[in-house]
Amino acid sequence: MTDLAHSHAEAARASDRTLPQALGDHDLSDLIGCPSCDALYVARMPEQGERAVCGHCHTVLIAPRKKAGARILALSLATLILVVGALFFPFLEIHAAGFGNRASILDVASSFQSNRMAALSLATAAMIVVVPLIRMVLILYVLTPIVFDAKPFAQARRAFRWSQELKPWAMAEIFALGCAVALVKVADLAQIGFGPAFWMFSALVLIVMFNDNYLCTWSVWKSLEKRPD
Amino acid sequence: MDAERCARCGARLVSRDQGSISRVWAWWAAGLICYVPANLYPMLVTDTLVSHQASTIIGGAVEIAHHGSYGIAAIILIASVLIPMGKFIAVAFLALSARRGSRMSPNRRHHLYEVVEFIGRWSMIDVFVVAILSALVQLSAVAQIRPGPAALTFALSVIFTMLSAQSFDSRLIWDKARERERKTAQ
Repeated sequence: MTDLAHSHAEAARASDRTLPQALGDHDLSDLIGCPSCDALYVARMPEQGERAVCGHCHTVLIAPRKKAGARILALSLATLILVVGALFFPFLEIHAAGFGNRASILDVASSFQSNRMAALSLATAAMIVVVPLIRMVLILYVLTPIVFDAKPFAQARRAFRWSQELKPWAMAEIFALGCAVALVKVADLAQIGFGPAFWMFSALVLIVMFNDNYLCTWSVWKSLEKRPD
Repeated sequence: MDAERCARCGARLVSRDQGSISRVWAWWAAGLICYVPANLYPMLVTDTLVSHQASTIIGGAVEIAHHGSYGIAAIILIASVLIPMGKFIAVAFLALSARRGSRMSPNRRHHLYEVVEFIGRWSMIDVFVVAILSALVQLSAVAQIRPGPAALTFALSVIFTMLSAQSFDSRLIWDKARERERKTAQ
């Protein structure tokens, strides 16, 4: 990451205490409020490679990256393809004493089968597959027109807000670490094989993490506003 | 005020979420209630040719440690015991100190909140491990693994505490300090 080289770009020119006077002089769209501590700043686009950080709580406010849009688009598409693949190919295989079993991710998600556990099955499926998938589709929906410099699709703003609100519930990367733990647990019980879906899922987790890193919400909102829907 | 919406994204706007603290406590209590059975009942039921074994979260981790995988045992203990417990304490502290103020600086408390928000989801790992094991280890008579009742209550506990942390309006942390700043400035 180039983060180390980033200077803390000063996005802060008006502190919250001088706000009543300052507010009148500025267009509302020039102001940025810190989403975590509510300090208000006059925003300006940071230089390439810089980030704007809240002076109070150090939340990153603005972090644009070169050609981020196209990159995120490509990564989201890749994720979509990988998720579909990872769903249907065998995920893990196990062999012991002549018996064998292979499980796909769908099997894993539906492993809580008894009545009481059905809800848990749904939740698991949602957190490891459905929510990450929905987020990717929403991001594609919002960013595709922006990258190609066209008018945003209908409801693009709502779509982007939802994609941000769903973020904590997408747990693909946690599931990946869960796999590692599960494998160690059965390692002395049986022989394990990795199906193609396992590798697809590993790639997917990495991509999702990179993707979230690239996405600067403030820049996306700015671009959505340039061409109102 | 309730009907105000953000011109940019359409989200509902409130200056300070008055119901925030009550919702934090409601989810917090629900999480705690679910966390108790999650530790008492078995998480994983293993049937092999020679044995039938039901292990709780902590029992399972201790067993793994006996097999020599200390790293994995540590991951499970941290994710399923240390993180949830720490989260209960941290969220309670944040909710209390938002009302009464605290000697801990807002900066430190804000950091604490961010850590809680970031780390809470990782407790889900044990539920996923149970899901993977029970899907994979289905070798008829040789070995079978089934999820125990604790899997459900533990998952619920994690979800409830996540909702609790999300309900907290982190701007409340800064209000007390700013109030004081304003008073001294006058």
